[in-house]
Amino acid sequence: MNPAAEVKTLVIDEMDVSARADQTILEAARDAGAWIPTLCHLDGVGDIGACRMCLVEVKGSNRLLPACVTRVEEGMAVTTHSERLVKYRRMILELLFAERNHVCAVCVANGACELQTLAQLHGLDHVQFPYRFPALPVDGSHERFSMDHNRCVLCTRCVRVCGEVEGAHTWDLMGRGVHSRVITDLSQPWGTSETCTSCGKCVQVCPTGALFEKNKVGTKLPKSRDFLMHLSVMRGGDR
Amino acid sequence: MTLEELERIAAGTKNARAAGGHEVNVCLAAGCLSQHSDALKEALEKEARKASASCRVRGTGCMGLCSAGPLVSVEPGGVLYRNVKPEDAPAIVRSAGGEPLRRLQCSRDQAFFQRQVHIVTENSGKLDPEKIEEYIAADGYKGMIRALTEMTPAAVVQEISRSGLRGRGGAGYPTGLKWGTVAKTDSAVKYVVCNADEGDPGAFMDRSVLESDPQRVLEGMIIAGYAVGASRGYLYVRAEYPLALKRLETAIGEARQLGLLGINICGTAFSFDIEVRIGGGAYVCGEETALIASIEGKRGTPRPRPPYPAQSGIWGMPTLINNVETFASVPAIVRRGAEWYAALGTPKSKGTKVFALSGKVKNNGLIEVPMGMTLREIIFEIGGGVPEGRKFKAVQTGGPSGGCIPEQFLDRPVDYESLRELGSIMGSGGMVVMDDTSCMVNVARFFMEFCMAESCGKCIPCRAGTAQMHEMLTRICDGRATHKDLEMLISLCDMVGATSLCGLGQAAPNPVLSTLRYFQDEYLEHIEAKRCRAGVCECGAAAEVRA
Repeated sequence: MNPAAEVKTLVIDEMDVSARADQTILEAARDAGAWIPTLCHLDGVGDIGACRMCLVEVKGSNRLLPACVTRVEEGMAVTTHSERLVKYRRMILELLFAERNHVCAVCVANGACELQTLAQLHGLDHVQFPYRFPALPVDGSHERFSMDHNRCVLCTRCVRVCGEVEGAHTWDLMGRGVHSRVITDLSQPWGTSETCTSCGKCVQVCPTGALFEKNKVGTKLPKSRDFLMHLSVMRGGDR
Repeated sequence: MTLEELERIAAGTKNARAAGGHEVNVCLAAGCLSQHSDALKEALEKEARKASASCRVRGTGCMGLCSAGPLVSVEPGGVLYRNVKPEDAPAIVRSAGGEPLRRLQCSRDQAFFQRQVHIVTENSGKLDPEKIEEYIAADGYKGMIRALTEMTPAAVVQEISRSGLRGRGGAGYPTGLKWGTVAKTDSAVKYVVCNADEGDPGAFMDRSVLESDPQRVLEGMIIAGYAVGASRGYLYVRAEYPLALKRLETAIGEARQLGLLGINICGTAFSFDIEVRIGGGAYVCGEETALIASIEGKRGTPRPRPPYPAQSGIWGMPTLINNVETFASVPAIVRRGAEWYAALGTPKSKGTKVFALSGKVKNNGLIEVPMGMTLREIIFEIGGGVPEGRKFKAVQTGGPSGGCIPEQFLDRPVDYESLRELGSIMGSGGMVVMDDTSCMVNVARFFMEFCMAESCGKCIPCRAGTAQMHEMLTRICDGRATHKDLEMLISLCDMVGATSLCGLGQAAPNPVLSTLRYFQDEYLEHIEAKRCRAGVCECGAAAEVRA
């Protein structure tokens, strides 16, 4: 049977939910009005299950499963907000805040930052881990945009939107572990990139102040993310 | 190639060897080679040319007792010499066939040799790894021909299932079940992948197998390809193993030449070819989904499973991935039957396991033992115990994903379940023995440093969590930690283990958790008394001087 026509019923947070067989737990939960926090997920590009914010408990599985890449199954019982899950999510956020340099007061994305919003929603008022504060560069060589590695959470939304939607594949990753970094072309200044079309999609989808438009600094609306949904619909995508 | 032709080659090789007089075999695997066994071989060859007696010098694979290298054996007779130097060449060549040289002789009667059971390593150290005829003379490719001509693919899968073989890469997934899953998928294109990205600190089993008996791994892969319906195989070898790579390329060329690899193998309708892919130095590429990405030419990072490689692997096709040792076990199982193999080992863990025994133990080297042997037998009988009269402290198994097992559990049998119960894992087979000069906190920090450096950086718990855990362990080692740091470390262990994307992150806390479980007093000593009993860490207060 066509998975788009097949219907599965499952339970999300004690709520009976029906979903298409090709939907993920995250999609089914959203359709049903249940909120699951996400960070690396972005409607309109492929999921990678990397940030682990959307981990949920599924009855019968001893592992926590990422809601963004786990397909619904008949009879599944999903818990999205157990004490354990909330604790882990808080710790993930704390790890991110301690990893690089996230000082909201002096950030261009202050008030429009997904990391900040998630922290607020999780009541994060302090970070228990020692701040690592690595010395990372800022690339301001592009005429319209800037990249501040200190604010980057390595969600790779920029990499995916550039490769999957714009088709330029200007962005990619280099290095391993805590030394991972997003790069343009062959790790050269953004302004010298030969593949960048200056479309600005990466800037709009960046959840933090890592990528920003130079002339929007200090404005109330530094980012507009809605374009991707419209773009998807216009292209006949189903996301 | 038919069975008769194979037997002709085998007989020819055996006759030639018998007519060639005495054989002086020099180990040319990595361990002995690092002690210049190549120069020794040249010296022996020079002497052999001079001598009037008929005597041939051969380069072979690993003879096991690496700490006594370079090793030389003289056949027939099986006399073994240890720590041989080029100066000893004339004496060895002169004595070949006569009275053995007492001063260099290494007794084969000791437990190290007597307690082992060789299946995967049955040819190791006995044949020239760059001569396919010698492998054939040792019953090589008989199993493959038997599978291809007498058995259906389903029967081969069943044979492997009945043998009870479990994945030797560490997790112990039943091999037959995995083969069956791939065999059942409906796809015209399937792949077989051999994971030779062995990277655990202290592990050199796969390296040794590849360097000593590469044909065996190829044969295992061909049988697997036939069983699951694949026509292409990839051998993913890390670039740090140049000798293994060279021997594999030679082995693949020889097998192709004899028609044992390629189109219509042995005149059957089955075609299979193997390509070597070289890893670029990332430990995480030993994780199967990262390995697949790497083979595809992408950045080697894991992806969430499901879908498992058996459903969607290389380029989205069903892919069978097994470790070197798993494939190397297959030819013997098919040749000698599942019952024979299943008779070895314990009820749940069948057969034998190769271990790389190293650290504070007298006999360092490569061993193969039946599953279920106790840790004590392995360390104190085969390994000869801890040298210099020092006290045994712990044995580390499973590398960065495993743990440290203390003295009181040494009588537990070595199998997948027992080791997991003890907070460690079987792992790929690294076994590092530690004595009282090792600080367990420092050991935990070492492994955390390894995980931190090798984390791919994709998921946050592993990327940022290992860095934080490493920081906390460093504080403890340096005597800067408080109880709060220890609490944070413990909660991070729980969180990183539960939330990480792949096995690297999920298992990264294991070395910390197992040392905390058995050596908590050492952690507390570092924190409270600022003291390291092993004298390894500089805790600020006067560290106990090594006795």
